[in-house]
Amino acid sequence: MDDLTLRIRDLNLRFKSLFSDTAVLHGISLHIRRGERVALVGESGSGKSVTARIVLGTLQELKTSRISGTVEVMGRDLKKMTEKERYALRGRDISMIFQDPTSSLNPVFRIAELFHEVLKRRDPGISAAAARARAAQMLAQVSIHEPERALDSYAFQLSGGMNQRIMIAMALANEPALLLADEPGTALDVTVQAQTLELMREMVERNATSVLFISHNLGVVREFADRVYVIYKGRIVEHGTTEALFADPRHPYTRALMAAVPRLTGGGIPDVPEVSESFFDPMITHEGLREPEPTR
Amino acid sequence: MPPALRAVLGKLITTLIVLFGVSILIFCIARIIPGDPVRIALGPNASQDMVDALRAQMHLDAPLVTQYVYFLRDVLHGDFGMSLYSKRPVIADIAQFLPATLELMIVAGIIMVGVGLPMGILAARTRDRWPDHLVRVITLLGVSAPGFVWAVVLMLIFAYFVPIFPIAGRISNSFQIPQVTGFMLVDTLLAGNLAAFADAFRHIILPACALAVTGIGQSARLTRANMVETYRKPYAEMAQSYGFPAGRIARRYVFKPSLIPSLTVIGLDFASMLGGAFLVESVFAWPGLSRYGVNVILVKDLNGIVGTVLVIAATFLIMNIIVDLLVWWLNPRFRLGGRS
Ligand SMILES: Nc1ncnc2c1ncn2[C@@H]1O[C@H](COP(=O)(O)OP(=O)(O)O)[C@@H](O)[C@H]1O
Ligand SMILES: [Mg+2]
Repeated sequence: MDDLTLRIRDLNLRFKSLFSDTAVLHGISLHIRRGERVALVGESGSGKSVTARIVLGTLQELKTSRISGTVEVMGRDLKKMTEKERYALRGRDISMIFQDPTSSLNPVFRIAELFHEVLKRRDPGISAAAARARAAQMLAQVSIHEPERALDSYAFQLSGGMNQRIMIAMALANEPALLLADEPGTALDVTVQAQTLELMREMVERNATSVLFISHNLGVVREFADRVYVIYKGRIVEHGTTEALFADPRHPYTRALMAAVPRLTGGGIPDVPEVSESFFDPMITHEGLREPEPTR
Repeated sequence: MPPALRAVLGKLITTLIVLFGVSILIFCIARIIPGDPVRIALGPNASQDMVDALRAQMHLDAPLVTQYVYFLRDVLHGDFGMSLYSKRPVIADIAQFLPATLELMIVAGIIMVGVGLPMGILAARTRDRWPDHLVRVITLLGVSAPGFVWAVVLMLIFAYFVPIFPIAGRISNSFQIPQVTGFMLVDTLLAGNLAAFADAFRHIILPACALAVTGIGQSARLTRANMVETYRKPYAEMAQSYGFPAGRIARRYVFKPSLIPSLTVIGLDFASMLGGAFLVESVFAWPGLSRYGVNVILVKDLNGIVGTVLVIAATFLIMNIIVDLLVWWLNPRFRLGGRS
């Protein structure tokens, strides 16, 4: 089975400083195959973003982080790679989309300049003109009708939806194998978020890009993902196909999450007010699913 | 009218109002401080008639308001009166001494920015590791003593114990350079005299460094602080996630946005060199406006005092406007407007 884009096995994370030692991830395992869209769902603070940062290799560089377990990207163990090799993955094999597109785009550089820098990750010698042509082509793919105007703008001159399209185009411009989408577009209004997610889905389907889709919005997850992992306080509590999980949520935490009424503001974040002992029940894996064995 | 142009125009008008206020203030102060300038100028042997005549000629017997109106009329014609100290028009004195001070400040400013900002960038990029700690210790030293202390220290080390730089003045006496701009580094080049240029350069290095030390420390610390703040912004995380090279992230994607808030303060640091120059010029016998200013105050040369203070105030305000323009130019949000 060599079509594994991402495989995480028994990942533990602690933050250790002089005065504190906080465990954040307690042995999570997950995998994504080529072209699969896998969601990681859980409330705020459950450890979704840190997981993405470990896959990206940036958290490893933080002095306070203590990481154990294996993370394999396309069969290569991150721990066996040098910092330089991990760096080489970023922006080429792995790219990322963020919560708020407008604040994720540098305010003192034009879109064209940022796009040029992104494209240099794949092709270091690319000229500004060639980068511009490629960028315009990518922007057309995300249905931006006046790519030239967008390229000559700064992010603050464009709408949030426009910036999100630009972000998607940038993320996919180098044809990465894995896209990390950390609550993409949560800062946008609901209809714009839905439109841009639809666009993102078309793009990743076309390129068979694997996606780790991080969200705390179940409605969005249901629309977008093939498979779902539910995370609660640094533990995976339930794993199933989207269909199975929504038809038959089994873990008490998943049920509480689905029963909770999404707030209207803030992109439909469910509130799970009471904390129950049963939320710490053992993990439930739906039929037919299991974590794959190590590559070697 | 575009908002940016309106802002600059508003700034210009404020500047003129401030200058007007400063002129009234310094005009009165110069006349209120004790001592008779005419008596000092003519010396103890002059007769009372001579003193009275000169006083009448300078309108010093008229009421203060009348005096000010005469003064304002002359200033608007570019005439700051005669200096009792040099016996020349004040404007000629200023034209002679101001370029020396400006030249010193500009070189010090270049050193401040050229050393301070890279140090700040290095510190921010390596924060909490040894280069950062080193920069912080050095800059703390820099800001802990005023410029004239550094002037004495640098002079002792590099002009006295290890005499590699000249100890005083702008240029060696052996060179005769015609004054064109008043900037020695420029005039020597205009004269095509490279040896003289090198000599002038060697003369300006120590005083400029002394004047720059505090600013280097402050601009490095400020740059570091603002960059550390900017590193937490989502767009900095984006740059890291996409694997932009760390050096380029620091120098371009983090430094540039963080420079915008730093710039106003760095501009003020630069302007405050005008004050620091007073003492540094004294230490290095630098023939600049500061030394002239001290001398005219000592002999209560009314026109000299008022002229010097007004020119210093104007220089300060003009630098303020330049900084505003720079901020405006650096920040596309100001330049273009747009969604907030
Ligand atoms: N650099 C860090 N140092 C210490 N604690 C951190 C750090 N980054 C994240 N955490 C903690 O790890 C937990 C998980 O954070 P995160 O992954 O951002 O949550 P989320 O699921 O909302 O994305 C939180 O409790 C957060 O406080
Ligand atoms: Mg998060």
